[in-house]
Amino acid sequence: MLQVKNISAYYGDAQALENVSLAVSESGVVALLGPNAAGKSTTLRVISGILPAASGSVTFNGEDITTASPQERVELGLVHVPEGRKLFGTLSVEDNLLLGGYCGRKDRKTGSRLERVYERFPKLKERRNQDAGLLSGGEQQMVAVGRGLMAQPKVLMIDEMSLGLAPLIVKQMFSLVQEIALEGVCVLIVEQHVQNALAVSHHGFIIESGVTRVAGTAQELMESALVRESYLGH
Amino acid sequence: MNLLVQTLVAGLLLGGVYALIAVGLNLIFGVVKIINFAHGELVMIAMYATFWMWTAWSLSPYISIFIITPLMFGFGVLLQRFILQPMQNSSPTIKIFVTLGLSVLLQNLALVLFGGQYRSTTFPWAEQNFSVLGVTATYGRITAFLVAIALVIALFYLMKKTLTGKVLRALAEDRETAGLIGIPVKKYYLVAMGLGTAMAAIAGVLIGPFQSVFPLAGAHFTLLAFVVVVLGGLGNMAGSLIGGLFLGAVETLAGTYIDPALQQVAVFAVFIIVLLVRPQGIFGGSARNAEVGLK
Ligand SMILES: Nc1ncnc2c1ncn2[C@@H]1O[C@H](COP(=O)(O)OP(=O)(O)O)[C@@H](O)[C@H]1O
Ligand SMILES: [Mg+2]
Repeated sequence: MLQVKNISAYYGDAQALENVSLAVSESGVVALLGPNAAGKSTTLRVISGILPAASGSVTFNGEDITTASPQERVELGLVHVPEGRKLFGTLSVEDNLLLGGYCGRKDRKTGSRLERVYERFPKLKERRNQDAGLLSGGEQQMVAVGRGLMAQPKVLMIDEMSLGLAPLIVKQMFSLVQEIALEGVCVLIVEQHVQNALAVSHHGFIIESGVTRVAGTAQELMESALVRESYLGH
Repeated sequence: MNLLVQTLVAGLLLGGVYALIAVGLNLIFGVVKIINFAHGELVMIAMYATFWMWTAWSLSPYISIFIITPLMFGFGVLLQRFILQPMQNSSPTIKIFVTLGLSVLLQNLALVLFGGQYRSTTFPWAEQNFSVLGVTATYGRITAFLVAIALVIALFYLMKKTLTGKVLRALAEDRETAGLIGIPVKKYYLVAMGLGTAMAAIAGVLIGPFQSVFPLAGAHFTLLAFVVVVLGGLGNMAGSLIGGLFLGAVETLAGTYIDPALQQVAVFAVFIIVLLVRPQGIFGGSARNAEVGLK
């Protein structure tokens, strides 16, 4: 479904990605792992089109989208929930969600999509009129994911979903991700918490210093020497 | 006492129009992140258009406003598309030079086309007096105030309740994320610049019947709008409304009680005091000043 081949990317003159490849083929959860500053978020930025790839290609359902605009990609169903949630803090919860549905607004089904998000996150319905910036971290993450769902993703990329959240909330969010995947969405999660991430994923990729080092099934990754030594600590 | 009330009313009436000009500047600043030093020239252009439509075709300002406003909206869109957008990613200093250059260009264009003399749109109805409780104002000024305030409130409503407004607010807050979630950022920059320009233009038409226009008339409005925006807070629309009313009052009071020649000085004095005492504006709410080179 989504294929990233040998991409490199720069911030100004500084190279952030050297050679990243990954593929997301079926519905389910796929993990993109790696240490801090490895280039995970940068990879997602290139996939969603807010940072241009200096080389390599991104294809989605066979269509080359390497130079497509972020808007075109969202319309195709490639949706990015950014690191740090990036909500519009002075807008209400509901307005944040509505803006997530901007690209699909013409079919006039935004209302029913909104209801579905509220069913999934009843808490957000209670807080629909509050400024998003005033919510707790966990609630903000729900708005961020909900905003992504409003765009009717085929591939939903969630960057550091569990960062800064309490363990209980993290657990809830992971089971939520599984639920979304069961509905036929490919969920690509970026995580530093390798064990949690691999536990819910069927495939995983590890990037280090802007290069894809390991790719395989979650099982293979769990058993690989590199992962056991560097990430699982045994 | 009566003089004080009379002056205050005159000042507030004028201040409503200043608020409209400033809200336009603030919208452009908040969304497009450009400090438009040519904002006053947009008012000036609309004043000339009002004058010529009245002089050449006997079109009342209250009719020509419906022609001038959409034209100026289009002018703002073109400015954004062909002048501001190409340098969207330049440094703040370059942006300032470009809009300053634009303002000089428009001033000189007006000088070449219309000459240096003062032109007044003398529309008799606008000069008739209307009195309540011993306070008198001309119909022109009252209309200007009412229309301006109605438009400022309409803009608040637009920003708060409509999808366009929500998109504009999202853009003002975080344009990268807005783009990321699929909002066509450049298109909405055109909308913001068009709206901001249209508001300046409407203010120009409304002022036409009681202020004369000349090629440098815009400079005064740019200054006023800046003071109002600094007073009310960058990106803060409600602050602009209150700031506009306040500045209109200050200017008029200074003109009446000190010296008409010192009106501008009073405006500047307010500006400097605010910058010294509370650079973030009286009502706060400044949006990422660093991005436009204000920090
Ligand atoms: N906005 C930016 N400007 C410049 N360099 C950046 C920016 N964002 C990230 N980087 C650099 O790019 C590299 C990869 O960062 P990132 O993709 O955020 O890593 P990760 O998400 O894996 O922690 C790091 O060296 C980081 O310092
Ligand atoms: Mg990251």
